[in-house]
Amino acid sequence: MKTKQPIDAFARDLPREVRESVYVSSKAKYDKRLDSLNQSYTAPDSIRKLAGQIKQHTLENLPTYLGSAVEQLEKNGAKVHFAKDGQEANETILEIMRGVGATKLIKSKSMVSEEIHLNPFLEKHGCESIESDLGEFIVQLDNDMPSHIVTPIVHKNRKQIATTFQKAGIGEDYNDDPQTITRRARSFLRQKYIEAEVGLTGGNFVSAESGRIALVTNEGNARFSISANKTHIALIGIEKVVPSDKDMAVLLNLLARSATGQQLTVYTQFINGPKAAKQPDGPENMHVIFLDNERSNILGSEFKEILRCIRCGACLNVCPIYRQSSGHAYRAVYPGPVGAVLSPLLAGKKYPDYADLPKASSLCGACNEVCPVDIPLPELLLRHRNKAKQEGIKKASAGTPSMAGWSVLCSSPAMWKTSLRAGKAMDYISLNLIPVPAVQAWAKERTLPPFRGGKFRQWFKEHKRNKEA
Amino acid sequence: MKKEDFFKPIEDAVNLIDDAKRTPLPDWDLSTIRSSQMPSDTSPEGLWNAFKTRFDLVHGTCAEGASELLAALKSQSVKAGYVDPELKSKLRPWLQEAGIEIHTEIDASQIDTYQFGITQAAGIIAETGTIILSDKSTSSRLGALSPWLHIAVLPEQAPIYPTLYDAMLDLGDDPYIVFVTGPSKTADVEGILIEGVHGPGIQICCKL
Ligand code: SF4
Repeated sequence: MKTKQPIDAFARDLPREVRESVYVSSKAKYDKRLDSLNQSYTAPDSIRKLAGQIKQHTLENLPTYLGSAVEQLEKNGAKVHFAKDGQEANETILEIMRGVGATKLIKSKSMVSEEIHLNPFLEKHGCESIESDLGEFIVQLDNDMPSHIVTPIVHKNRKQIATTFQKAGIGEDYNDDPQTITRRARSFLRQKYIEAEVGLTGGNFVSAESGRIALVTNEGNARFSISANKTHIALIGIEKVVPSDKDMAVLLNLLARSATGQQLTVYTQFINGPKAAKQPDGPENMHVIFLDNERSNILGSEFKEILRCIRCGACLNVCPIYRQSSGHAYRAVYPGPVGAVLSPLLAGKKYPDYADLPKASSLCGACNEVCPVDIPLPELLLRHRNKAKQEGIKKASAGTPSMAGWSVLCSSPAMWKTSLRAGKAMDYISLNLIPVPAVQAWAKERTLPPFRGGKFRQWFKEHKRNKEA
Repeated sequence: MKKEDFFKPIEDAVNLIDDAKRTPLPDWDLSTIRSSQMPSDTSPEGLWNAFKTRFDLVHGTCAEGASELLAALKSQSVKAGYVDPELKSKLRPWLQEAGIEIHTEIDASQIDTYQFGITQAAGIIAETGTIILSDKSTSSRLGALSPWLHIAVLPEQAPIYPTLYDAMLDLGDDPYIVFVTGPSKTADVEGILIEGVHGPGIQICCKL
């Protein structure tokens, strides 16, 4: 239909089983999150606010805190690099690999590396880059894209995964038992950990006080990636800095609970340099690459709050649009509400290409309510809409019904009153019968709740009368 | 790129912020993030019991004394594994008697010959049911990670932190510390929980 936005069209064509698995998994994670927070804290909201303040404060003083983190890391023997954009980061990684004569890299899950398209870059230059997170590994075998920032293959079922493994020759036969799939990945990937000369990780937080990089995984893949080889590269966005180790305690408490409902992620690592002298395993060289890639521009803009994001995925899980459309509908590395705010900004000059994403929201506010760092996501989405409108970006208004009728209605009290009475009539008239294409398109996938309004004026009149009496 | 050039746009960006509108660093302490999982009894005994409860909830197993440690090994019918060199003399009689072969080094090319790993922990956290391993206290990263069965021995003098917060304030100067809260796990395939992905499928904490 003409009035549809791209994301609506994607949702319409989504196979039912994908929608179902996305919906079921989102809901399960949402419920677990709520249970775990409520079991632990009497006032979880105050902790979200605290975490938001800590991150906001750090961002507003980023040069100081980032500078201190760099100093600490260097003091401990890590080499620190700075990359303006994806291209520079990729080249730095390749240079480091060439410097140690490496052609094989094992990678733990990192959204930033997705953002800069590291894997295809390394492959183009004759290097092997293997994903070690089970979900990311399957995505890589399939030449697919992750559809969620925490659970990358929520859009796939066991049958598809088993077929992928069979095609790739992992295990002897087709087997779709989740346990067998996991065991087969275990034995395949441990060889890769050992063969790899370089391990690449992201970083969840960096403490300015100690330079410590906190890195969390449940599988232990990030730990394995920096145990069996001699070079570690940590690729980290500048927004990951927090003032101190103590502050990481708040964020770690919230991250796992918000993402998966766990109290703490299974492996929570803190790294601030090459391995200790007497430790036989682990990297002798540690490189940290801080990446800007539009982040300093975002920091200077009306969208800076989005840089607080700790990539927990809670806003995806709660979002009615994400649940219906799945992550791929957002056409970008970061889906869901966070993606709708972040992806257009990370696109830089290509902002207009993603200007429709901020409209993929009902502005219900649920994302703000669950966000562990209290990012005002609906507010930021509105700022995007406003920006796109002011800049006259066409894509941003595709599929928007005209507000002309509405504005006439609102400007006349008499007409407003009449329309309220008419509102009641909507309980009996099907929206499909209204001969306006925009209304029909809207009504095709939605139903209206029964009309409960229109009684205020009457109540007020009576109330006034009673008071006077 | 050069550090100065990299920092310049970040500085420019924060300079745009009105001083009056800057968010102060919030003042907070443990009481602000007090969770219901915080142990109320902070005697060593109370903390160990609290740890046991939490570790059990994340599917970890607690053991006390060499006999329980041995029972855990026997239940998995292991034949050979890695043992921290410092623990070797203490454990050798027990393990030899059970016919279990001991290695005190990991040869990465033979990674699958080690069915278990016994290493030492740097401490534990009661609130979360967490074992703390570190480069300085734990003899081998691979020994604690690659075998199916990992036993972290808690030395007598090792700290039991009541909360995650306490542990975070005492990370010291070890370049590598890892909090291990249960066996390695995934729910990537249809959200079904599977333990033992890349790391141990069985995680034991043992007081010797
Ligand atoms: S915006 Fe908030 S809720 Fe969404 S992923 Fe980031 S931290 Fe989590």
